[in-house]
Amino acid sequence: MSLVHYLVLSGVLFSIGAITVLVRRNAILAFMGVELMLNSCNLALVAFSRIHGTLTGQVMAFYVMVVAAAEVVVGLAIIVSIYRARRTVSVDEPSLLKG
Amino acid sequence: MIAAAPGTTAAATADAVGTVGSGAELVLFWTVGPLMVVAALALLFARKPVHAAVGLIFVMIGMAVLYTALEAPFLGVAQVVVYTGAIMILFVFVLMLVGVDAADSVAETISGQRWIAVLLGLGLAAVLAGVVITATLPDAVGLEAANERTNPVGVAYEIFGRTVFTLELVGVLLITAALGAITLTHKERLAAVRDQKATVRLRQRAYARGEGSQVLTPAPAPGVYALSNAADLPALDPQGRPIDVSVPRVLRIRGQERDPGTVEGHVAQIASGSFVRPDAPDAPDGPDQPHGDEEQR
Repeated sequence: MSLVHYLVLSGVLFSIGAITVLVRRNAILAFMGVELMLNSCNLALVAFSRIHGTLTGQVMAFYVMVVAAAEVVVGLAIIVSIYRARRTVSVDEPSLLKG
Repeated sequence: MIAAAPGTTAAATADAVGTVGSGAELVLFWTVGPLMVVAALALLFARKPVHAAVGLIFVMIGMAVLYTALEAPFLGVAQVVVYTGAIMILFVFVLMLVGVDAADSVAETISGQRWIAVLLGLGLAAVLAGVVITATLPDAVGLEAANERTNPVGVAYEIFGRTVFTLELVGVLLITAALGAITLTHKERLAAVRDQKATVRLRQRAYARGEGSQVLTPAPAPGVYALSNAADLPALDPQGRPIDVSVPRVLRIRGQERDPGTVEGHVAQIASGSFVRPDAPDAPDGPDQPHGDEEQR
């Protein structure tokens, strides 16, 4: 029996994460959407690892986790510094880079 | 798993129990999976960011359960430790920093952005699910062979064996990220530090102007040493009279200051004057006490 249901769940969660990034204005919430997308990719990787009977997928998921941790640290630092400068975490407000 | 030997139904049923992705595992999946989707929808529909964060924590824990079901117990534990233990706590901290009640704005800057985004997302879900369902996946092999020496050991051999250079790069990345976070959240100091020297100078200036405290020395400490050193018991002067300023101001205001006469033993004797009491030089009626710097208390 194949593990299709895990992959479908992964796809559904990825889509929810993507919609979150596109719809929500709060930068922290959009960031949580990115986290959800990374997690759903991990689920797919682990499922594939089991389908193929090797541990490569799990190792890739492990590295994704570590990189996600680093990314969260830097991303939240950026959010905090923007909040300090502009008193807002809405992604619509900072338009400095518009030119 | 190993295909069942043809013709032997008993072996086939025995094998079906151990088949990858069947039986109890399917029940687990259909219990945890839908709940995870519902919790993930909190990201979309929760008004307050904290509720979305709680939903995301639920999704992460569900992920850990599914990893364990997928024969990856190491990743299951790492998921709990890294995501729910560290990353989500970081999120919650930043939410507290930024303001928990910071509600999301509903106004659209690009007209129709919401509906287009939802449409695109649903399309993405349809495409992903369609690809996965129509693809002919091979029957899952299972990780019994790869997990022969337990899963963490197998993963460790992979990480520290074949991908050890990647691991070193990841270490560099983590250090860079930590430095970046420190640099980004660094705050310039607006006022000079008030060290001990500056504090003393300010107090002396206030004393010279007649403001602030009446004496330059610190206020006497509370308590009668070697008998009682509780903070609510005033110190006694050489004549055995209580020094009120030695008790912290808050206790005095609340009326929690103790009378030395109520303390058992020597303190009461000293306070009542029946113990040793040197004659006060032309003692005035009220105790002549210095008024210490009350800011200290």
